[in-house]
Amino acid sequence: MKIGKQTIKLQNTPKILETSSTVGPKESAGPLGIYFDIKCSDVFYGEKTFEKAESKFMKSAIDNLLYKLNIPTEKIDFVFAGDLLNQCIASGYCIRDLNIPFFGLYGACSTFVESLILSSLFVNAGYGDKVIAAASSHFCSAERQFRLPLEHGNQKAPTAQCTVTGCGAVLVVPNSIEKKVPMVTYVTPGKIVDMGIKDMSNMGAAMAPAAFDTIVTHLKDTERKPEYYDAIVTGDLGKEGTDILIDLCKNYGVDISKVHRDCGKEIYDLNLRDVNAGGSGCACMATVFSSFFYQELKEKRLNKILIVATGALMSPISIGQGESIPSIAHAAAIENEV
Amino acid sequence: MENDKIKMTVKEYSEYVESKAKKSPIIKNMIFAFISGGFICVIGQVITNISMYYEIPAKEAATISTVILIFLGAFLTSIHVYSRIGKYAGAGSIVPITGFSNSIVAPAIEYKSEGFVLGLGANMFKIAGPVLVYGIFSSFVVGFIYWLVLFVR
Amino acid sequence: MFMEYLKVFITGGLICTIGQVLIDKTKLTPARILVVFVVLGVIFTSIGIYKPIVDYGKAGATVPLSGFGYALANGVMEAVREKGFMGIFTGGVTATSAGITAAIVFGYLGAVVSKPKLK
Repeated sequence: MKIGKQTIKLQNTPKILETSSTVGPKESAGPLGIYFDIKCSDVFYGEKTFEKAESKFMKSAIDNLLYKLNIPTEKIDFVFAGDLLNQCIASGYCIRDLNIPFFGLYGACSTFVESLILSSLFVNAGYGDKVIAAASSHFCSAERQFRLPLEHGNQKAPTAQCTVTGCGAVLVVPNSIEKKVPMVTYVTPGKIVDMGIKDMSNMGAAMAPAAFDTIVTHLKDTERKPEYYDAIVTGDLGKEGTDILIDLCKNYGVDISKVHRDCGKEIYDLNLRDVNAGGSGCACMATVFSSFFYQELKEKRLNKILIVATGALMSPISIGQGESIPSIAHAAAIENEV
Repeated sequence: MENDKIKMTVKEYSEYVESKAKKSPIIKNMIFAFISGGFICVIGQVITNISMYYEIPAKEAATISTVILIFLGAFLTSIHVYSRIGKYAGAGSIVPITGFSNSIVAPAIEYKSEGFVLGLGANMFKIAGPVLVYGIFSSFVVGFIYWLVLFVR
Repeated sequence: MFMEYLKVFITGGLICTIGQVLIDKTKLTPARILVVFVVLGVIFTSIGIYKPIVDYGKAGATVPLSGFGYALANGVMEAVREKGFMGIFTGGVTATSAGITAAIVFGYLGAVVSKPKLK
């Protein structure tokens, strides 16, 4: 049922039965290292190319998800997945081997929540009772596609971010499943917001307005205050974007500073030289939610969170043509049963 | 394009972002660029001087120095060392001729996965190509003007 | 001899520092910065202001990419003096032929033997 401007109330509150996460070496060594399921020390994951490696990170996350639940792939109804690569080849080539009906998605770094929203809507409407939502990214394949070659002797700006290598996957099931696990209660798909930022090395500034728009719209539609949530978690605004988001909200009369957290700020130690403003990429929200925040919810240290993944919808071609960076943010409220 | 809830124009937002953005440590970067760039040039001079000591004429000595520096840039890139230098050296590793060969080897390594002709071969000049295009084009313009000045009086 | 190396160091260091200011203060990407240096090298040489810098700084002025422009401009002007009109086409590339060939050969070999790796 649609409420307010752009929020959907999931009256059948589907549940997130289980999650799975695979990450690369940098994430394994970061502050959240102990929370991830599979930690790979080789950024190639034994494959010959970065792109094949990214597919393997996704396959490994999904295989692990099904292994944890002892469910064969034939029982999965649909999978919603995406990544940052052109034509989403990391997801496509991974799902090719899984024989599950597939919806490929592109929301840049907002893809994970986009997948989760669509999976939840499907289950809520009764179209399936085992639907997987997943998203991946890979530092090397992203640098190749969007920025400069790895071996090039350049310096990154302090506002630049570091793409997370890995994949997060979750299984969404109907409320009728007898386990007490976190549920998806409301989803707010985002609008594209473009405040004219053209600087690819300051994505936080480009994406913060989209996060702001979605968050305040969600709160208004659901008539909730920020304090209702134990945490409002953005995907990858990083240091720069977080400061801007909180300012924009304050100017609008909404104070989220006490509950706001950002996956990009938590996945890496921000004092390390290479990390600059924090983590980014689809896998940032996907892995951090599927490991750390899901566990916090299950163990009831957090009971109601709003996850808001942000994505920058530009390409090297549009930037080359002088376009600015349009962004989008999708939100999903994940709550424990009372 | 502007958002109905953000009470700023695109220009105001841009200025706001600029004021908040963490700035590069420019003095530190300038010092490192100065030292590393100067050092690479000194290596070039040493090679030239050694060649002249062995009685190679000045023009050829300079060419030998250029070729050896280009080799060094390519070699250090292929063993994954140049990018580490570049993180600290900044322009001190981009501006010297070693940076030119680094910008040729770096993309070529990554695109090797797409084959030797269309992958490696085509992408060698992804970053360095414009240097040749605009360098040679501007030398053509200079040559043309020079010819006009000399011969068309 | 120490003085000679000091002049080289200072000249090269200053030219690279100008590049650093461009990186930090403008949104110019490395590719565009390389182009700026080469083209300025060509132009400054043709109007005669780069030669004094080369005389003073030697490798400090010829090793940076502006030195590549210096070689291009000198080459084309010499070829025009000697061969006239055809020199406009031959001079630049001929003067920098060793550098271009080295870049292609060592660039190719360097890429062939190297494996992509995360830094």
